[in-house]
Amino acid sequence: MATMIDTKPRVGLFATCLVDLIRPSVGFAAAKLIEDAGCEVVVPSQTCCGQPAFNSGDRATSRAIALQVMDAFQGVDYVVAPSGSCAGMLKKHVPELFEGEPDLARRAAAFSAKVHELVSFLVDVRGVTSVEARFDGSVTYHDSCSGLRELGVKTQPRKLLESVDGLSISEMRDPDVCCGFGGTFAVKYGEISDAIVAKKAENVWASEAGTLLAGDLGCLMNMAGKLQRQGREVKARHVAEVLAGMTDEPAIGEPAEKV
Amino acid sequence: MTLHVTSPAFKANAHEALSDEALQRALTNVEKGFIGKRKKVADKLPEFEALRDSARDIKNHTLAHLDLYLEAYEAKVTAAGGHVHFAPTAADASKIVLDICRRVGAKVVTKGKSMISEEIDLNTHIEAAGMAAVETDLGEYIIQLRGETPSHIIAPAVHLNRDQVEADFRRVHTDLPDDRDLQAPESLLAEARGVLRKRFLAADVGITGANFLVAETGTSIIVTNEGNGDLTQTLPKVHIVLASLEKLVPTLDDVSQMLRVLARSATGQEMSVYTTFSTGPRRPDDVDGPGEYHVVLLDNGRSSMLGGEFQDMLRCIRCGACMNHCPVYHAVGGHAYGWVYPGPMGAVLSPSLIGVDKAGHLPNASTFCGRCESVCPVRIPLPKLMRHWREREFERNLSPAPVRYGLKAWGFFARRPALYRLATRAAMTTLSLLGRNKGRFAKLPLAGGWTAYRDFPAPEGKTFQARWKAQQDKRA
Ligand code: SF4
Repeated sequence: MATMIDTKPRVGLFATCLVDLIRPSVGFAAAKLIEDAGCEVVVPSQTCCGQPAFNSGDRATSRAIALQVMDAFQGVDYVVAPSGSCAGMLKKHVPELFEGEPDLARRAAAFSAKVHELVSFLVDVRGVTSVEARFDGSVTYHDSCSGLRELGVKTQPRKLLESVDGLSISEMRDPDVCCGFGGTFAVKYGEISDAIVAKKAENVWASEAGTLLAGDLGCLMNMAGKLQRQGREVKARHVAEVLAGMTDEPAIGEPAEKV
Repeated sequence: MTLHVTSPAFKANAHEALSDEALQRALTNVEKGFIGKRKKVADKLPEFEALRDSARDIKNHTLAHLDLYLEAYEAKVTAAGGHVHFAPTAADASKIVLDICRRVGAKVVTKGKSMISEEIDLNTHIEAAGMAAVETDLGEYIIQLRGETPSHIIAPAVHLNRDQVEADFRRVHTDLPDDRDLQAPESLLAEARGVLRKRFLAADVGITGANFLVAETGTSIIVTNEGNGDLTQTLPKVHIVLASLEKLVPTLDDVSQMLRVLARSATGQEMSVYTTFSTGPRRPDDVDGPGEYHVVLLDNGRSSMLGGEFQDMLRCIRCGACMNHCPVYHAVGGHAYGWVYPGPMGAVLSPSLIGVDKAGHLPNASTFCGRCESVCPVRIPLPKLMRHWREREFERNLSPAPVRYGLKAWGFFARRPALYRLATRAAMTTLSLLGRNKGRFAKLPLAGGWTAYRDFPAPEGKTFQARWKAQQDKRA
């Protein structure tokens, strides 16, 4: 028994700041999925991946945060995040911050190699082909941009969703088109962001799915917030919640059921 | 100077564009028209991705040896009897063109589609010199009638609907019968053809752009779908090619590779209808062609991009795929960008050419969705280059104050995990209590940019890290 535990890979869960602050249940769902895939989960002290600073042109702050994250996740075999956007930052962009500095660049490259987005980690690294979960209803899946274009997350979540009992997938039109979130873009250019998410909400609604899923909480908050503002009854959840069978928590932005 | 710049008013421009119903209707054509066609023709060609690699490599190689290729190109053009003029600035380029036109006593100047002409605002200069500038590309002709600028680099009138064009034709072509039927788009095309035919024959000078300049042969190449380029450059006695430095490629072989990605990326055609090569003026035994052949090569800030972090942008072959796939372009159209080049390529190029102080909004107004880079035939890392502009702006404190202060405060906590935990724990608990009943907020102090358009979810309560730690402590 003890030897079996010893061989388990150690996964550092990078919860992401939005999950940490807004929707911790996604973190627990991610932890369960990673454990079910035969790994041990640790949660090192963390704040954010630094992307808001990086995309605002503040390299000094991005570097300071990147160094802190690399320190915090030193002893793990993998770093896994329930977000294509944060995983993309850690995997693709952290190395860019240290180009031309051989020692740090080497460290960043080694770190980058360990980073994975949650669902692609389960499928591509751990070889998971199905999950034990039940969800009664139809879902539609939005491909968040960074996960899709930086990390190639597209088929993996759909493959696992197909194994969920009671679930049917109803694809929306243009699932791979941006929802208009874009981090600080949603606030800096709120009116344009709104026009983009309005089109997305139209496509989600037209899919007739009862639940909208995605792998990034930022995009989900944007789309859910728009659908709710329009008074449209579509629930939004992180895909990890459904795959882990942990859907007791009310959907994003929904009140707790009164008992 | 160059064209009037409204890029600093990008937000106001965007606001106007978003409330312009006719524009919004026209913009759906961009999404419907271009994307599916490009994908179909790209999927059909097994080596398409490999061709993109070699297109990138050809351009990189050329840029690395641009001085050599420019020299070789100039020598070949001269040997063929043409003249190459180097224009450091937009004003220089206009002056060179006007001098030629004046010298030959030109009254009518016909023009094929050229974005460089827009960049140097050539029509204004030609008209000011008392000559008539006639756009011969249908889209360019329409916007010239309307006194507008192109809203797209390959489809200049894409912001217009058919009925608007019909109204313009009826307003301007007053010598044609009032009761003519202009319902079918083809009838509009036929009418423009008829009107333009007379102008072609009257032209003294023809100006075209160039998609490529070939160093090996001194050839300039244009691709069009209307054939107007051929008439523009063969009928008048003088042909002027107006192009920027980075249009150069080494050989005809290279061109044939570039052409295979250009039309596919642009319009989803395998090839454009016309691909026209011209090398020098008419030779003694040629049946037609111009008596004089000039090439005006515009720099206008490009050579200062060489060797720097924006050099990759000089690979651009102006196919328009990046804007065709851009959610921001789809929302606001090309005019909102406020200068000649819209969309993702404009967001990178415009700050280089007119200054980031004027064009600073453009690289910021992107979600970084990355769809532009994923279709760019020469693999320009557009989001990365836009981010470089944001870095330059941040260094120079050009980013708006609320953004800078907000980021500073956030960065302070993000670098201090213990403080961050303390601050967020209290904040999330409060927010959660406040939002518990509804599950979300329709209004939230300091988050107006968000809640003006969408609800914000109430946090669950304790942070993930706090709950995880409590759970681990219990397990231990
Ligand atoms: S940046 Fe790329 S996609 Fe955009 S116009 Fe230039 S070549 Fe085409």
